[in-house]
Amino acid sequence: MTTHLEPARAVQLEDVPLRPSFSGGGLLDVFRRHYLLKLIVQKEIQARYQGSLLGLMWSYVQPLVRFCMYFFVIGLVLGLHKSVPNFAIHMFSAIVGVHFFTETFSSGTRSIVRNKAIVRKMAMPREMFPVASVIVSAIHTFPQLLILLVGAIAVGWQPDLQGIYAGVLGLAIITVLGTALALLFASMNVFFKDFQNIVSTLMIFTHWVVPMIYPFSKLATSGIRTTVFFGIYLANPLTISVLLLQRAFWVPSLPTCGRHAPKICLQGGDPSTIGFPHLPHHLFLLGWVMLAASFVVLVLCQVAFSRLEGRFAERL
Amino acid sequence: MAASIVADHATKKFTMRYHRTIKQITIAAMRRQQISDTFDAVKDVSFTIEQGESVGLMGLNGSGKSTLLKLISGVMKPDSGQVLTRGRIAGLIATGAGFHPQLTGRDNVFLNAAILGMSEAETRRKFDQIVEFADIGRFLDTPVGHYSSGMFSRLGFAVAVHTDCDIFLVDEVLAVGDRPFKRKCVARMDEIRAEGRTMFYVSHAPASVRKMCDRVLILEKGALGYDGPVDEGIRYLGYDDDGDDVNSEESEESEVDEELGADV
Repeated sequence: MTTHLEPARAVQLEDVPLRPSFSGGGLLDVFRRHYLLKLIVQKEIQARYQGSLLGLMWSYVQPLVRFCMYFFVIGLVLGLHKSVPNFAIHMFSAIVGVHFFTETFSSGTRSIVRNKAIVRKMAMPREMFPVASVIVSAIHTFPQLLILLVGAIAVGWQPDLQGIYAGVLGLAIITVLGTALALLFASMNVFFKDFQNIVSTLMIFTHWVVPMIYPFSKLATSGIRTTVFFGIYLANPLTISVLLLQRAFWVPSLPTCGRHAPKICLQGGDPSTIGFPHLPHHLFLLGWVMLAASFVVLVLCQVAFSRLEGRFAERL
Repeated sequence: MAASIVADHATKKFTMRYHRTIKQITIAAMRRQQISDTFDAVKDVSFTIEQGESVGLMGLNGSGKSTLLKLISGVMKPDSGQVLTRGRIAGLIATGAGFHPQLTGRDNVFLNAAILGMSEAETRRKFDQIVEFADIGRFLDTPVGHYSSGMFSRLGFAVAVHTDCDIFLVDEVLAVGDRPFKRKCVARMDEIRAEGRTMFYVSHAPASVRKMCDRVLILEKGALGYDGPVDEGIRYLGYDDDGDDVNSEESEESEVDEELGADV
């Protein structure tokens, strides 16, 4: 069966170089072995919903419940529906982005410990597991984006090129940053399980430090604007991503200026007329800076991961 | 002939931890106790194995055999020195380790084969052979979590022995398989050896090392104590004393067991 292959193989083998058996090829190795990555992603999805009646539906329950709660409490009780037109879209576009980030970060952090049976015994690029959990999170996010889009269209959203550009940029920042943090925390979690608790503690903040349940204009028109906190606020990549997603979904759904138009409206129906204070100055420039910074962080996290992965097998 | 496995002053340190929490560490530090200690599981080991050689690795429990195997398979990274290999590595080490209990046997075969470096086409081509070898019949589409331990490891073995590898590592007592399966494994391992692949065989059973290998390495407390012909090696280790060999009944029946190192 395989015997006829052997002579050819032996000849080829002379050309194969001697290599360190511990690969450490990093993220590049992960994408080189995309077939394995595909299988691991399938495994993660299948395993997560095995024996569950609702299956994949569960990934909608949490954001949906959160949405409903905020919608009633913040929108109706605190009255943001009046001051922010299409507040539901404003909030849901932020929830989708934040949920993508938190899922990436927290499932990525646990990914290596969860797969310790494999990591301890078999040689493969260990980055495979954090990357797979980023992809699984992205797969879960996609239908939420569709729901968001349907909702936005229902209240008058119209596609515009700049908005699509903003959405892609926003999701790109979250993906790159999420991958970076998943790598770093997954490797540290091998040594101290405290890190998965640190991550879930950090996650408490994410809903409050982005303009989700309050509009950005509230901050930009308040006294905070002149303080250092405003700069810090805008230096958060997650904030910029959320604002970009709101530029993509919420801004184009705003009503056109007319006689009965509320205070935020699109002049001539053009979403690009919306600027400060509803969105920060230089939003797209900030977006690119954040994306570049996220790549730098990714490289640093990869370096840290490569340093730590040599001791994974013995510490798991 | 090209070198297949090269160990160049490879050393692997393990940390022993006495204290796990901050509280324990603080108390230990105040009492001036040791917080952690290291030991060399593999100490400055150097050797070269040529392509096509069959090498046995022997040593007492805790001498570092499994660690050395993990350095070769690429699961662990040496702290100093290096371990180089040429070509694809597979083997009977922790077979079924990559199996996910909730996935079916079929899905697990594909996943396990992919971890070992096989492509989708290659797995498809060999799939029938693997299933036939594992002999798990209609359980193929059942989650492997419901398998008996024998079926579980048979499936793992089947994937490993069908990988087109250049280096074949063996470190598992085949205690789980029944006799017909053991015979099948021996036959397959002989085949692999005959195909000119490098075989690295960890065993406690002198008879099987004698049969399978043409060279033996012996580890003593992590250091390489002996490297040379098989018979002298077994004498060096003191395993040639028949009185110690539990399985050395001269019956043909136990021969297979002995070859496979079932004398745990």
